[in-house]
Amino acid sequence: MCGIVGLLVKNPAMRAHLGELMMPMLIGMTERGPDSAGMAVFTPPVAESARKYNLYSPEMAAQWPRLADELAMSLGGKPELHVKGNHAIIVSSLPPADIKAWLKTRYPNVHLLSVGRAIDVYKDTGLPADVAARYDFSQFQGTHLVGHTRMATESAVTPAHAHPFTAGEDWCLVHNGSLSNACSIRRKLEREGIVFETDNDTEAACRFLEWRMREGDDLRTALQKGFDELDGFYTLLMGTKDQLALIRDPFACKPAVVAEHDDYVAIASEFRSLAHLPDIKNAKVFEPSPKEMYVWKV
Amino acid sequence: MESINFDLNSTPLREINQYLHGAPETLKGKSVTIANPNGAHNIAVGLKADLEVTIQGHAGYYAAGMNQLAKVSIEGSAGTGVAENMMSGMVHVKGFASNAAGATAQGGLLVIDGDAGLRCGISLKGADIVIGGSVGSFSAFMAQAGNLVILGDAGEALGDSLYEARIFVRGKVHSLGADCEEKPMQEADRKILVDLLEKSGHADISPDSFKLFGSARTLYNFHVDNAGAY
Repeated sequence: MCGIVGLLVKNPAMRAHLGELMMPMLIGMTERGPDSAGMAVFTPPVAESARKYNLYSPEMAAQWPRLADELAMSLGGKPELHVKGNHAIIVSSLPPADIKAWLKTRYPNVHLLSVGRAIDVYKDTGLPADVAARYDFSQFQGTHLVGHTRMATESAVTPAHAHPFTAGEDWCLVHNGSLSNACSIRRKLEREGIVFETDNDTEAACRFLEWRMREGDDLRTALQKGFDELDGFYTLLMGTKDQLALIRDPFACKPAVVAEHDDYVAIASEFRSLAHLPDIKNAKVFEPSPKEMYVWKV
Repeated sequence: MESINFDLNSTPLREINQYLHGAPETLKGKSVTIANPNGAHNIAVGLKADLEVTIQGHAGYYAAGMNQLAKVSIEGSAGTGVAENMMSGMVHVKGFASNAAGATAQGGLLVIDGDAGLRCGISLKGADIVIGGSVGSFSAFMAQAGNLVILGDAGEALGDSLYEARIFVRGKVHSLGADCEEKPMQEADRKILVDLLEKSGHADISPDSFKLFGSARTLYNFHVDNAGAY
């Protein structure tokens, strides 16, 4: 069991309160996923040449400024740094390949959570309320977010195994369910030169779909290939810089409920996470059909 | 009629359910409302008294499960397993119902005004289910007795491995499951349908607009030609 939540605000006035609106959604999914929680939040994009790098390391808490200084000394430039305990965001206009290679060599224990112009990712072990307090989830601002509460069934409980998973740039995925052919998808992608960071089944789905889009598929075509390729139970919620997407397996083994309102679109595993949204009584609440694609644009 | 009002924002669910599990003779004839259900699980499960319960919003999983005698009305949608294993009484969902609505129900009437998800009436054992909208795939899977009335369409593999339940469908059937076939509607079947349409508030709908599906009974006994399928 796991819980998923997603929120996209259509009313620009709500962007400043995105985190606040989301908090009851995440807390509502505590029983479905009490061991870890995570959130990807999409903000207005940074400059076209720049990228945000979200980093995680429990050993680095007091040393993020040192990392930023060393990065500047090694590669030049003056990276921007935002720190929240174990988590840091570095904004830099240096080539992403250089930064990734430098991090890997110089700080191999720092986990690179996400890269992109809009995405920030926070994930950690613990009760959703504790994880949210640790990283100030209620203060999030932005256009949309994708969150998850985890009850692990197939791999270890670590921050790296928590969702969302990311691949490429400005792309994330959360999953409720279990994939039965994750290993064969993984072997196929590894032959394409794609590197995995964990043994988690969800990472295979995340990297498969990102690979398809990098190969030129649009989101819908990639999701169609996902239906053909992924075997198992899944409700998948995905975020791009300007879209949320949702699919359920053909047997609808894992739940999802959607609320469409003039001001927002909200998605959760169960209605109890939608019940506290403003004016929910006037939202169109429905269960997404199995094997259908649902895509909402900012 | 005496009316008792609960609010799930201020009273824990367990307290409300414990009240509803009181002595059936004291609860008989009472009317209970539950405000702010907000998708909570297990609301009004295991009732055994002839009373009326109104859930004023969306219910979570297993609402009114194992119901006996009570009339439970849900003024919103219902999560997975609404009225599962109902024995008698009536459960009315005014919105949509999620998967496995009325699963294994043995008696009583489940009315869903909206759509029902997958596996509606799975292993039905004698209850009646009327769905105002459409049902998802694998509905009435291995249904043994009772009636499923679908005013809209049915998904894939309707009535797979069916025993003796009747399935009335007014819309399109995406596909039939193994051993489920269309049957001529006899006078007795028609009477059952007319009665259920009346009881569920659909008296205006003509029984002639329905088709009847039932078991072809070819899976009842072992047949050597099927050996390869096991």
